[in-house]
Amino acid sequence: MTRSSLFRRDEAAGLAILALILFVVFPLMLDDFRLNLFGKYLTYAFVAIGLVLCWGAGGILSLGQGVFFGLGGYCMAMFLKLEASTPEATAIQSTPGIPDFMDWNQITALPLWWEPFHNFGFTLLAILAVPALFAFVIGFAMFRRRVGGVYFAIITQAIAAIATILIIGQQGYTGGVNGITDLRTLLGWDIRPDSAKVALYFVNAVLIFVCLFVAMAIRKSKFGRVLVAMRDAEDRVRFSGYDVASFKIFVFCVGAMMASIGGAMFTLQVGFMSPTIVGIVPSIEMVIFCAVGGRHSLLGAVYGALLVNWAKTTFSESFPELWLFGLGALFIAVVMAFPNGLAGLFDDYVKPRLAWPGRGRRARADNPQPAE
Amino acid sequence: MADDKKVPHPTISRRAILAGGVAMSASLFLPKGLRAQDFPTDQVNTTGLAVTDDTVQVGILHSITGTMAISETGSVQAEKLAIEQINAQGGVLGRKIETIQEDGASDWPTFAEKARKLLVNDKVASVMGCWTSASRKAVLPVFEQNNGFLYYPTFYEGLEESPNVIYTGQEATQQIIAGLDWVAREKGAKSFYLLGSDYIWPRTSNKIARKHIEDKLGGSVVGEEYYPLGHTQFNSVINKIRLKKPDVIYAIVVGGSNVAFYKQLKAAGIDMTEESPLLLTISVTEDEIRGIGGENIEGAYACMKYFQSIENENNQEFVAAFKDAYGDDMVIGDVTQAAYLGPWLWKAAVEAAGSFDVDKVREASPGIELTSAPEGYVKIHKNHHLWSKTRVGHAKADGQYEVVFETDDLVEPNPFPEGYQ
Repeated sequence: MTRSSLFRRDEAAGLAILALILFVVFPLMLDDFRLNLFGKYLTYAFVAIGLVLCWGAGGILSLGQGVFFGLGGYCMAMFLKLEASTPEATAIQSTPGIPDFMDWNQITALPLWWEPFHNFGFTLLAILAVPALFAFVIGFAMFRRRVGGVYFAIITQAIAAIATILIIGQQGYTGGVNGITDLRTLLGWDIRPDSAKVALYFVNAVLIFVCLFVAMAIRKSKFGRVLVAMRDAEDRVRFSGYDVASFKIFVFCVGAMMASIGGAMFTLQVGFMSPTIVGIVPSIEMVIFCAVGGRHSLLGAVYGALLVNWAKTTFSESFPELWLFGLGALFIAVVMAFPNGLAGLFDDYVKPRLAWPGRGRRARADNPQPAE
Repeated sequence: MADDKKVPHPTISRRAILAGGVAMSASLFLPKGLRAQDFPTDQVNTTGLAVTDDTVQVGILHSITGTMAISETGSVQAEKLAIEQINAQGGVLGRKIETIQEDGASDWPTFAEKARKLLVNDKVASVMGCWTSASRKAVLPVFEQNNGFLYYPTFYEGLEESPNVIYTGQEATQQIIAGLDWVAREKGAKSFYLLGSDYIWPRTSNKIARKHIEDKLGGSVVGEEYYPLGHTQFNSVINKIRLKKPDVIYAIVVGGSNVAFYKQLKAAGIDMTEESPLLLTISVTEDEIRGIGGENIEGAYACMKYFQSIENENNQEFVAAFKDAYGDDMVIGDVTQAAYLGPWLWKAAVEAAGSFDVDKVREASPGIELTSAPEGYVKIHKNHHLWSKTRVGHAKADGQYEVVFETDDLVEPNPFPEGYQ
């Protein structure tokens, strides 16, 4: 770990292969419809990368990442909805100029906290700041009190449940069960046609690489070392004089921001946002993407998210009545047979056959079996 | 939840097809057996839909897994039955309907994804599907952007009129106003307690109900409350009801909450057969009663457009064919019947247009009538909803409703009711 270059050669090769797949192979091989679907899958990869940092590196298992995904998604959806709700487009309502679902719920003026979302700059800031702030509050409350492990997982799950109930209950302000639907344009650019979805796919792919670089830099830094040390022997790190809680809070906030970026892109890609993506089940699914890809591998997380979602679509198209069983079996098989996911499989079987320079030093030292 | 109800294998016996086929062909206004060669494919399909010389593809898009599966299964069965019967009669413009079924998985983004798949990838000529308002809202932009055509079966809150959807269920006013008029006229009801599950349909429906009660009937609303979906503790509201002593409890509780609500009402000593207070619901069909238990809801009234017990020839044949196909223990609720209308209305519109093109089918749709509908005669309004009768049913212990009232005329659909907003 004394190397001064940013990436080891095997990492650089991995990134290059992923770039090849995302920027060349998929766009050439898939028709617009399938490419759009992969664009949607990619939005989940943001969450998975964040989870690799929190869970794989830091040992913080969050079962509530859907909340952060949702926060980003709702921020973006609020901006798009306001843009779509011009007085002319909503002339049929009792109060023209406000989002349609507010009108259905007898709200006659735009709530104050919606107002700033007229501004795109503010919206972008909110997509990063709101989940970070929320994660900070949760992290501060939990980690300062040394709540960790299973207890933390359970609390995050409860937060996911609360968030869903809150969104559904406050339907006049959030769109309730239906969510915020019928989003049309982003700063005048129609997001609905296929061409727009293809463009969004490439935006997604670029952002994924940005997140990957950030995550790799974090892992490589001294901070990343402390994180791994903390995961494996928290007390020792604490007795060595490190402020364990601050490290955890920071990495949890980073994971939340990445999930939020994914949520915002999801809204653009799919054209609406709804509470079904915020709750417990999707939050657990997000952990599964990470587990299938391999929770210690950032690249694995991207592949995991793509593979699981692709399998979900393919199984459900071929066997509409049985697909859930197939998917369940896949998860069980992966966890039982390959506890380190696709990345573990790659490390154990493929890598030894390749002549990577410096092999052998890497994973074993980097990622000893975690103890949670 | 997905496993609560066994999904019967969707095969349909020959007898069912013959029974249904004979009934339909006897009453349909179009002659039986249009021949495909009279309608060359390049003329009836100018927009690249999945139509060949002998087949046409139609999508079915419902949840068959997840929490909504238990509700949507009946609609899938009805749609498949209608399609089998149409095929047994020679299909649409001489072409057999082939179905492509997709699972919305009770998840709204999945609905949007599958709708795109059906329209963009499979190029289906029309789609029968969706159940919850949330799923319809999710697919609506997809249908409008790709110019698809959706037949939506559920009674819903209205406030929508898409050129790409035919609403075969009732919008809110069709289900509410005639029932309230009836209970005020026949039962002398003056005071009402409104309650419902907390989402757009019950809220919009109660808004309309409150306006009608206060402005038109001169009655009063003594309470209005909402509970989250899946809520199971209704004791506090039951106590409030006992305190306020309304003439009518107007209940729009949906899904699993119904079971708790009616059992707790009974346990609290409110015997619905005594009708003080009287219970009127717009959310409990025969399907829900299977979960609630007939003995727990005996004596309640429901306002719908269809009950399984409606006595007419169309309905008797429909019920017989349905049971023959899916088993004697099946019940048929309002939405199941509305779903059954979808394929028939589409067939009639396609044949009136002489084309599968969505634009031409849309143009031909207003005014399309069905004399063969189990609920009786229906007609498509230019706002894409159906003219239907409204009926009041009285729940019996065996889980069926006895029809005690039906409107003399068809009720005009009015998805944007003036004065009720």
